Amino acid sequence: MKHLLEINNLDVKFDTDEGRITAIENVSLTLDQGKVLGIVGESGSGKSVTAKSIMQLNPGNTIYNDNAEIIIDDENVLKFTSKNDLKKIRGGKVSMIFQEPMASFAPAIKIGNQMVEQLMIHKSQDKKEAKNISIDMLNRVGIADAEKRFNQYAFELSGGMRQRAMIAMALSTMPKLLLADEPTTALDVTIQAQVINLMKDIIKEFNMGVIFITHDLGVIAQVADDVAVMYLGSVVEQGPVNEILKNPMHPYTRGLINALPDINNLDAPLTPIPGNIPSPLDRPSGCVFRTRCPHASQEGKEADIKMGLVEVKPGHWLDNCGINCGKV
Amino acid sequence: MSENIVSVNNLSVSFDYQENFLSKKQKIKAVNNINIKIKKGSFFGLVGESGSGKTTLGRAILGANKISTGNVIFHDEERDFDLTTITPKEKKEYRKKAQLIFQDPYAALSPRMTVRDIIAEPLEVMKITESREETDARVRDIASKCRLNLEHLRRFPHAFSGGQRQRISIARALVSNPKFIVADESVAALDVSIQADILNLLKQLQHELNLTYLFISHDLSVVAHVCDIVAVMYLGHIVEMAPSRELFKNPRHPYTKALLSSIPSIDPENKSKAIELKGEIPSAMNPPSGCVFRTRCPHASQEGKEADIKMGLVEVEPGHWVDNCGVNCGA
Repeated sequence: MKHLLEINNLDVKFDTDEGRITAIENVSLTLDQGKVLGIVGESGSGKSVTAKSIMQLNPGNTIYNDNAEIIIDDENVLKFTSKNDLKKIRGGKVSMIFQEPMASFAPAIKIGNQMVEQLMIHKSQDKKEAKNISIDMLNRVGIADAEKRFNQYAFELSGGMRQRAMIAMALSTMPKLLLADEPTTALDVTIQAQVINLMKDIIKEFNMGVIFITHDLGVIAQVADDVAVMYLGSVVEQGPVNEILKNPMHPYTRGLINALPDINNLDAPLTPIPGNIPSPLDRPSGCVFRTRCPHASQEGKEADIKMGLVEVKPGHWLDNCGINCGKV
Repeated sequence: MSENIVSVNNLSVSFDYQENFLSKKQKIKAVNNINIKIKKGSFFGLVGESGSGKTTLGRAILGANKISTGNVIFHDEERDFDLTTITPKEKKEYRKKAQLIFQDPYAALSPRMTVRDIIAEPLEVMKITESREETDARVRDIASKCRLNLEHLRRFPHAFSGGQRQRISIARALVSNPKFIVADESVAALDVSIQADILNLLKQLQHELNLTYLFISHDLSVVAHVCDIVAVMYLGHIVEMAPSRELFKNPRHPYTKALLSSIPSIDPENKSKAIELKGEIPSAMNPPSGCVFRTRCPHASQEGKEADIKMGLVEVEPGHWVDNCGVNCGA
């Protein structure tokens, strides 16, 4: 079967005053229609940069490697140069939801007008039709008084409502692929539960592919089919969500799970991962996790390892350095 | 000598609000008729959604918000401080005893001061130490207790990660040797692995320095792990309060139940059975009459008799307090 999205060998580097920073190294991911791929990791692990690469939203100092591919519908997004090509992706085939909905709506334009505008651009619909679709969409995401909300500004809505409006706007163009970057992080737990249920229903109804970025393993467990664990720009473990969370093998994945307070086991100690995530300016050579890995050897032989995923069980991919040290 | 360090009696805090200069002044009750006692040496948790009044209550206890009615009493070893009648001079004394740790370690530290100066500032402002040597000694002492590298004292905050910055904020809060700490969402901005580290540090310092914490958080699993007693707030009221194990095992109020069920489980097979609450927390400007939770309560009656209820905590089991409306509908 053809994949909806295929990312092959993606490297992303940023040119900064302090030197060239590696943000993403050798990331390959696939996503099928109707599936949710969760990407999880600490801040600075490259989750958002990966998603933004798909939309080509990274800043001007970004350097992609030549052999990288991001394939949607047989076309390599990274080779797009003209604005018209990019338009097919941004807001057309792909939509994105952000963490802070207040920052993603223009503050001085009514929500309805913003929704209508993008529909007119991407679907070349006339204004009246676009308005009907927008109001219908607002209704579907559970916004009461959709017609009234249509004529309001973003600041007049509460946080949960704004996130719903954001989802409605992202979905109104019927994208094939939805990128959700920490969509529930800024919300209270009860509102988060509402938004997660809403997203699950909508994903089923529209049968699209979703990349769901979050640092919260609980949210991943609830929404994702597959999960990729990222650390400092590399995917260290990847597979079906059930398998990865029940049977984590990479020391970083295990570390993340052990650091999480578990409400069902209040006696379990909280075990932090030692040390801090290194600055991308001094990214460790070899296995990127070796500076914090509890199993790293004294001799430092991990510095010479070449990272790469290996299939250890059907569907369960693990970085080759993690295969050895994770067994301890 | 009292076994409590803080007693909050019938405390209400209101703010004046005026939409524009022509409209009528309104009162917003942020915190409503709160009674809590914080035991010496305890880790007291305060949970609730945004807008529930947790921060206002914490600030009122520190004397940073004006108290409208009721009182807050801080029991120190030799004497009591009554925050409703406190004089500016006493307040200075009180500042040494009660301190605050903030949420965002990026916003809380001045970028133009070295770590040493940041930690030393409270000592200088409160004139606790007499010489520079003494100040330095205290700074180095508390910095090493907070597991900061002493080499780092000469650097500026921009050189540090979130977890290290939070340790600097903790060191600054503890340098005046306080007895009582309000930690307001102190781990909310941190990654999970760093969050675990900071929580362990707070616990360890509690034993080392005999501290009492008021720990404000929206994250129930964090609160469950570190706190001895937890109070759940909704729209300015405490709706349930109990020792944390009891509360998490046996929640009685429908709001507590909904909150607990909303935590996404890390077990993918345990797809959430979240009790979905309708709508959102109402505005504090016109809170529902009677039981404040009734507009979202899954057990609210058709006749709306909850609108006439007077809220108040009832002790259902020793130490387990539930709002009287919740006692009936939660059953």
